[in-house]
Amino acid sequence: MEKFTTLDGLVMPLDRPNVDTDAIIPKQYLKSVKRSGFGPNLFDDWRYLDPGEPGQDHSQRRPNPDFVMNQPRYQGASILLGRENFGCGSSREHAVWALEDAGFRVVIAPSFADIFFNNCFKNGVLPIVLDADVLDRLFAAVEAREGYRLTVDLEAQTITTPDGETIGFEVDEFRKYCLLNGLDDIGLTLQHADDIRAYEQRRRQEAPWLFSEDV
Amino acid sequence: MGGKTLYDKLWDAHLVREDDNGTALIYIDRHLVHEVTSPQAFEGLRLAGRKPWRTDAVLAVPDHNVPTIDRGDGVAGISDPVARIQVETLDSNCRDFGITEFHMDDPRQGIVHVIGPEQGATLPGMTVVCGDSHTSTHGAFGAMAFGIGTSEVEHVLATQCLIQKKSKNMQVRVEGEPGPGVTAKDVVLAIIGEIGTAGGTGYAIEFAGSAIESLSIEGRMTLCNMAIEAGARCGMVAVDDKTIDYVRGRPFAPRGEMLERAIESWRQLHSDPDAQFDRVVPLRAEDIRPQVTWGTSPEMVVPVDGVVPDPATESDEVKRSGMRKALDYMGLEAGTPITDIRIDRVFIGSCTNSRIEDLRAAAAVAKGRKVADNVRQAMVVPGSGLVKQQAEAEGLDRVFIEAGFEWREPGCSMCLAMNADRLEPGERCASTSNRNFEGRQGAGGRTHLVSPAMAAAAAVSGHFVDARELL
Ligand code: SF4
Repeated sequence: MEKFTTLDGLVMPLDRPNVDTDAIIPKQYLKSVKRSGFGPNLFDDWRYLDPGEPGQDHSQRRPNPDFVMNQPRYQGASILLGRENFGCGSSREHAVWALEDAGFRVVIAPSFADIFFNNCFKNGVLPIVLDADVLDRLFAAVEAREGYRLTVDLEAQTITTPDGETIGFEVDEFRKYCLLNGLDDIGLTLQHADDIRAYEQRRRQEAPWLFSEDV
Repeated sequence: MGGKTLYDKLWDAHLVREDDNGTALIYIDRHLVHEVTSPQAFEGLRLAGRKPWRTDAVLAVPDHNVPTIDRGDGVAGISDPVARIQVETLDSNCRDFGITEFHMDDPRQGIVHVIGPEQGATLPGMTVVCGDSHTSTHGAFGAMAFGIGTSEVEHVLATQCLIQKKSKNMQVRVEGEPGPGVTAKDVVLAIIGEIGTAGGTGYAIEFAGSAIESLSIEGRMTLCNMAIEAGARCGMVAVDDKTIDYVRGRPFAPRGEMLERAIESWRQLHSDPDAQFDRVVPLRAEDIRPQVTWGTSPEMVVPVDGVVPDPATESDEVKRSGMRKALDYMGLEAGTPITDIRIDRVFIGSCTNSRIEDLRAAAAVAKGRKVADNVRQAMVVPGSGLVKQQAEAEGLDRVFIEAGFEWREPGCSMCLAMNADRLEPGERCASTSNRNFEGRQGAGGRTHLVSPAMAAAAAVSGHFVDARELL
């Protein structure tokens, strides 16, 4: 996993609640058996006027000029502003892979769906929860000023606006540690292999029916 | 110290270790795997040179993009080359890593959340995970069951554990007796309408109360299936005699003396009388009527005798604009009576409503009637090969076929339209699935979520009607 320490990035607003994983990456693209290459189909149904199919040549497609991602001022954005319940819907990690592949490393919203939130951390994407009124202000600021950027400092847990305002945010300690160091949590868990074996031994006594070879 | 909730008990029983900051390692008893969210996880294992920790805890099945017709040629006959690669990849991964898989041509094949309980692979008191958000279904057995992402699929394969933080406890109490023709689907849609799609975020929901106790196990699965649509990662119901009767004799369930021992322990799987919940949501079953969603989120739901709501009456600005976008997408006008909405297609299936009881309820309405002329297609997709066999033994297939429905092979089908079963842009569908998101059933498709009886009633009427009038 790629480390995340600080990021100074262009901000793109996506002003709608309940942005679901089907909208983030429509299911026709889930058939890939790889982790990469989902970026061009991020928000596909909103982003293009023609229906999308896997393996298309994207330069031949008709972008929807009204969708924010197609506006020149947001090209190269790496911070996404969202509304309530961002990432609701399925557990598909493809949604995060698509965001990451399209260059987004931070998503800021008043609330996230659990599984999506979790999946972000596994892929070096930082989801940040801020109060709805703070987001209202950020949305207004982004729309008012072209080239609006934010600086996100994970170590200090702060977001800094172009006017020098600093906004603090919460992040789980363990997740922060993994993200700052780009750690693979399977490796971390396997450091506790003895604990897992001890647990299994105890459970085999208590609830042997959970271990099919004993049934 | 007060008593424990069901969730507390399940959590404590599976805690391998916990750090000071509350980050816990939780042991996983059952891992269900399907073709869409697993290939990258197996690839990850290979790249790191890791092996599955415990293959006997894993059960795999292809379901999301298998075809539901013309299955005679097996995997090789899947016409979409990309879908075929995914199913073949699952087959080869299971072979290479020694994992039990029900192949596409196995009569036990079906939707992962239907076959787990059907086989007794889901047992009370277990932790059950799957790379699919509707894993919450298995909570109907007094299990802690939740969906995970692909990185976590890999994590469970490699370590048999997950890194978790404990959720808060919510109890949804539904007291009273649901009226005749009011199903578990209507109850859960009404609950989501009440608490909203983010209402359960951060919570584990226990469904309780006399109305929940009176539900069958299949109904409880429908209920827990949609806990995720209320934002909760897991939903659950306490164990009672019905749970134990359902599990008894299933292929993967314990038997004999071992079963008696297990039952003794399963009897503890309920919240203690003095357990404390962080939030309690009370509902009266008598207030719940058959439900129909009108928008693009499951919380956008009204009773069948209601009308499409008017965004102008919503005070919250973000919600108001969400409602406008939804009406626009759905091609609906505020104030339209739900029963005036005409439909083009009907889908009866999905892990929410494709079990034998669901098919019986739909067939009871369809029997002796015909699919209306304006309905282009009405399909019934059983949840598993065994559900299909059972339905055929009861003659339900003939009831459906005579009424003009298509009778398909098991799979996810038009629930998410990854195979050929999908809506065309602008088409309107009465669907027994769980998500009405934009494009969920095909780009531009419009989904209304309903119960199986309501879907069958819409099919034979050409528009929504109160299914109770046809019973
Ligand atoms: S039936 Fe639908 S919701 Fe259920 S597992 Fe399949 S795709 Fe997911």
